[in-house]
Amino acid sequence: MKRSISFSVNGDTVQVEVHPHWNLLRVLREELELTGAKQGCGEGECGACTVLVNGLPINSCIYPIMEVEGKDVLTIEGLASRDGALHPVQEAFLEKAGVQCGFCTPGMIMSAKALLDANPDPDEEEIRQALAGNMCRCTGYIQIIESVKHAAALLSSIEQEA
Amino acid sequence: MRTFDYFKPVCVEEALFLLNKFADKSKLVAGGTDVMVQWKKRIISPVALISLRNIPELNFIRMNDCLEIGSATTHRSLELSADIKSKFPAIYDAVSNIGSVQVRNSATIGGNLCNAAPSADSAPPMLVLDTGVNIVSSDGQRSIPIDQFFKGPGKTVVQPNEVVKSFSIATPPENTGMAYWKHTRRSAMDLPILGVAVLLSFDEDIKTCVKARIGLSVVAPTPIRARKAEEFLLGNVVNEASLDEAGKIAASECSPRTTIRGSDWYRREMARVLVKRVGLISTERASHFSKLES
Ligand SMILES: Cc1cc2nc3c(=O)[nH]c(=O)nc-3n(C[C@H](O)[C@H](O)[C@H](O)COP(=O)(O)OP(=O)(O)OC[C@H]3O[C@@H](n4cnc5c(N)ncnc54)[C@H](O)[C@@H]3O)c2cc1C
Ligand code: FES
Ligand code: FES
Repeated sequence: MKRSISFSVNGDTVQVEVHPHWNLLRVLREELELTGAKQGCGEGECGACTVLVNGLPINSCIYPIMEVEGKDVLTIEGLASRDGALHPVQEAFLEKAGVQCGFCTPGMIMSAKALLDANPDPDEEEIRQALAGNMCRCTGYIQIIESVKHAAALLSSIEQEA
Repeated sequence: MRTFDYFKPVCVEEALFLLNKFADKSKLVAGGTDVMVQWKKRIISPVALISLRNIPELNFIRMNDCLEIGSATTHRSLELSADIKSKFPAIYDAVSNIGSVQVRNSATIGGNLCNAAPSADSAPPMLVLDTGVNIVSSDGQRSIPIDQFFKGPGKTVVQPNEVVKSFSIATPPENTGMAYWKHTRRSAMDLPILGVAVLLSFDEDIKTCVKARIGLSVVAPTPIRARKAEEFLLGNVVNEASLDEAGKIAASECSPRTTIRGSDWYRREMARVLVKRVGLISTERASHFSKLES
């Protein structure tokens, strides 16, 4: 039997009819048409489905939809501002070639954002730890780590200007 | 359609009521990182999932005379607790390297222990800390020492009408060092080939061992203590030679299997090597702590 649940996605409150066995990723992609988060493994291993729930990165492919009721979900679609200006983490990934095919990118960027929210000036080891659950088959990771370092620098210069 | 109903009790009593109502047709779910994957792979098909995520009395880290951890506390909360890192570094060593940040934000210590995989990373440190497992049912409470908790791969003493509520750990005596080492091929996102935890308490000289605990995972159907190696160390001077011998004895207590992650002889050999290495780390940590305290 379907259940009706309500939660916030990228700042908007949504009401969705769901089957209790659905996971958050399925609802984002198939009910809400937010296809930024990707399904890779579907088992928590690859991180392509990473989104933030109440600010914390989780694997949405194994996150029970019924636990999302009343919570705040942030997906890659919610990062850019409403006028389309990219978020500094997104800018940094473009600038430092942290994106190739792009399949891992939404998850990578959400993990990177969560890291930088908690730790604005991470060292390389901290970046590697924070991204350990995000697989990339293209870049070899070096450019991704450079992107996160660059994002930290961009964010701190914005901080100083403000 | 293959589906389940999902219940979100807000207190333990309500969870127990639901457990009694659905009995063995239901499954408790904490972080769901094992349960959701098992459901997707059709290993389990419960009609009801009873969630423990919204029960505040299961989610806490309390440090008074002893340490108490709520069963639904996430690995990430434990990893970020300054008290856990400084006073119970073996727990920190284990929980900070389970899966990824994403997994640790959902996965709980109770789920890890109740799932009872022979490879459960939190098991060896909880074994060396002589953890008490507090279990409740609608009939009352009971407490089980963790070395009697595991019954086989995926099996524990927890009955279908019971919920694990918390874990109690006595504060270790002065001059104690402890560590956990997860032996893996990759440095992240891998299950252990084997896991080794050692806890050593010394008298004031930081030489003579007054308490020894060795916990091993993936070397038997359940996580185990290497009791003969512990007995050998007790009362002995701890140094490279005695830890070498303890490693040999511990290896003889293992009955590992050959799996895709490693063969039986390799696991036994690495148990020998790692008991010594982790013993040395524990000794170093004990002397470090005693310097801090004096
Ligand atoms: C990608 C990935 C990587 C992983 N890496 C590791 C790793 O490195 N090391 C490792 O050890 N594990 C690993 N795991 C396994 C898993 O994440 C852990 O075992 C985790 O701690 C399980 O906790 P949970 O809260 O998600 O459990 P759940 O899936 O919610 O539950 C697990 C089991 O415990 C039972 N249960 C849960 N809480 C209670 C309770 N309070 N009382 C009674 N029964 C209860 C449930 O009914 C179920 O049978 C990994 C899993 C994934 C998906
Ligand atoms: S799709 Fe979720 S972790 Fe791979
Ligand atoms: S850019 Fe292709 S998987 Fe990472």
